[in-house]
Amino acid sequence: MNVQSIKGLVQADRVHRAVYTDPQLFELELDRIFGRAWLVLGHESQVAHPGDFFTTRMGREPIIVTRHTDGSVRVLVNRCAHRGARVCEAADGTTAEFVCAYHGWTYGTDGRLAGLPLPEGYARPAAQSIDGGLARVPRVDAYRGFLFASLAAHGPTLAEFLGPLRASFDDFVERAPEGEVEVAGGVFKHAYRGNWKLVLENHNDTVHPVFVHASSIWAARREPTAEGAYSEIGVRQMLQNGAPWEVWENTGLWVAGHGHSWMADYHDDSRLVAALAHPAFAEYRAALERRLGREGAARVLGELRWNSIVYPNCSFMSQFRQLRIVHPIAVDRTVVYAYSFRLKGAPERMFRDTVAFSNVVNGTASPVLTDDLEVYERTQEGLGARGSDWVFLGRGQGGDLPDRDGTLRGRTGTSEVHIRNQLAAWLEYMTAES
Amino acid sequence: MRAAADAELRSEIEQLLYHEAWLLDRGRLDEWLGLYTDDATYWIPLQANQADPLTTSSIVYDDRRLLEVRVRQFQHPRAHARVPAPRTVHQIGNVRVLEADGPDARVGSTLVLVEYRRERQRVWGAVVEHRLRRTAQGLRIAAKRVDLVNSEAELDGVVCLL
Repeated sequence: MNVQSIKGLVQADRVHRAVYTDPQLFELELDRIFGRAWLVLGHESQVAHPGDFFTTRMGREPIIVTRHTDGSVRVLVNRCAHRGARVCEAADGTTAEFVCAYHGWTYGTDGRLAGLPLPEGYARPAAQSIDGGLARVPRVDAYRGFLFASLAAHGPTLAEFLGPLRASFDDFVERAPEGEVEVAGGVFKHAYRGNWKLVLENHNDTVHPVFVHASSIWAARREPTAEGAYSEIGVRQMLQNGAPWEVWENTGLWVAGHGHSWMADYHDDSRLVAALAHPAFAEYRAALERRLGREGAARVLGELRWNSIVYPNCSFMSQFRQLRIVHPIAVDRTVVYAYSFRLKGAPERMFRDTVAFSNVVNGTASPVLTDDLEVYERTQEGLGARGSDWVFLGRGQGGDLPDRDGTLRGRTGTSEVHIRNQLAAWLEYMTAES
Repeated sequence: MRAAADAELRSEIEQLLYHEAWLLDRGRLDEWLGLYTDDATYWIPLQANQADPLTTSSIVYDDRRLLEVRVRQFQHPRAHARVPAPRTVHQIGNVRVLEADGPDARVGSTLVLVEYRRERQRVWGAVVEHRLRRTAQGLRIAAKRVDLVNSEAELDGVVCLL
C-alpha cells in the first residue's frame, strides 16, 4: 500500500475500516509505528538489582530488559545471535547470564557473548561475526522511573515525544510519600479478538461507560455503601461509570502531539481510593505532607487525572496506580498487560485498595472489563463488513480548543478529539519517510 | 461407627459439590449463591500458589457483597459479555476430604469445565478447594478457591462461574 492510498484512509471526521482490519496495514504498523515510536516497557522496580530481568515484546520483537552489573538498564532482543532461538523463557527473574538451549551460546546481562562451544572452529572470533552478542535496542531511556525504548536509531528524544504528558507521570510518582513507586501485586494479561487501537480509543471515551457497563452499574446501585469494606472501592468504581452526562461533559480531556491524551478533573478522592474519612487516608496525607509540606501535598492530591494514554502502547491511571501495556499480536488480536503499583511510604491499606481496584478494572473476569472486551470483539466483527467502509468520529469536532503547552482541549469531556488525535499520529507515522 | 460417620459425611460433601455444579450448569445462579454463607469468599487466584488475595491481584476475589453484585450483573439483559450466556458443563472429580474438624471441613477436588458461547468452545481445568461449614440451614460453602491451570496465561475475558 503506497503513501498516497494510506493518506486517503484518515479524513477529518472519519477513518476507513481497513485501518482496523487490513493485515498488510498491520504489518506496516509494526514497522512504522511500533518500529519507530518510544514504547513503554515497564518500570525500573522490575529490574531493581543487577541481574534482574523481565521479558516483554516490542511489536514483533521478543525483548529482554535487564539490569547489568554496572547498574545500567539494557534492552536486548531475545534471540540467539547464532541460530535464532530465544535465549530467555522466564517472564522475570535474576540471572548472571542467558544460555541458549540450542548450542549453549552464553550472553551476559549486557547481551555480550560470553562463551560458546568449540570457539576454535571459527576462522575469526565468532563474537566479531555477530556484532558482539544479542542485538541491542538502539535507544533506551527512562522518565521518573518508567522505562522506554525505541527500535529506531533516530527520532524525537523521549522528552520531546512525551511533551506535556510528562505531567501524568509526575502525578503518578509525586503521590508517593517517598517520591517513588514500585510494581507490585501481579500482572493481569487480558486478550481480545480485535485490533490494538480499539483499547486505546476506548480509555478516554466517556460516552461508552453508561452503555457498555450498564449491567455492572445497575448491579452496583443495589448495594448500600459499606465504608471500609474490601469491596467498597470496586463497587464505587462500578457506580462511577453511571455518572450523569453532566459529569462526563465537564470532564477535562486534553490531547498532545504524537497521539497522547489524558482525562482529568473527573474523580476525586472523596469518591474513590481510601475514602477521605478512612484513617489510612489521614495517615497517607500526613506522610505526604512530611515530604511536600501542607500546600505541596494538597497540590498533589488536588491533581485529578484519570486515564493517560501514551500512544501507541500504553494507558495508565496515575491516581489509581494502574498501568496497561498494549501488545499488538495480529490485526484482530491484542493482548494487554496490566500492572499495579505501590506508593512507597504509603499505608498498606492504600495498596490493598489498589489491588481491589485492579481486580474490578483490569481483572480478566471483571464484570466491568469483560463487557469492554466483548464490545471490542463486536466492533472488530462489524468492521469486517463491506457495506459501509467508514467509522465516524465527528463528536466535538470543530469545537476543540487550543490550550497551554501546545495541547488541544476537547470541546467537552465527551469529544472524540482523543481518537482523531490518535489517528492523526497514526497517519504521521505511517506516511513518514523514515 | 467412625467409618460409617465418615462415609456419611463424605457422601454429604460430594452431594453438595455435585449440586453446586448442577445449579451452575442450569444457570440457577440465585440458588447457587444460596449455597454460600453470608461471610463467604470466592477466589480464583491470578498466580500459581498465590498466598494471599489482598496484596496480589486475583482473576476473581469476591466477598459475599461482590459475589452478589456479580450474580446480579450476570442476569442483567445488557450484560453484553454474557449475551448470549455461556453454556457450561462442570465435571467434578477426585473429591477428597482434606480436613474434617467439628462443624468445618476442607475439601479438595478437581474441575474440568467445558464452556460454549457464540461459536466458541473453551475448556478450563482447575484444582479446587472448598471450606464448608455446618449451619442451621445445612452444609454451606464458606470459601471456595479455584486454581486454574492457566491462571497466568494471556486470557480472553472469563464470563462464567467456575
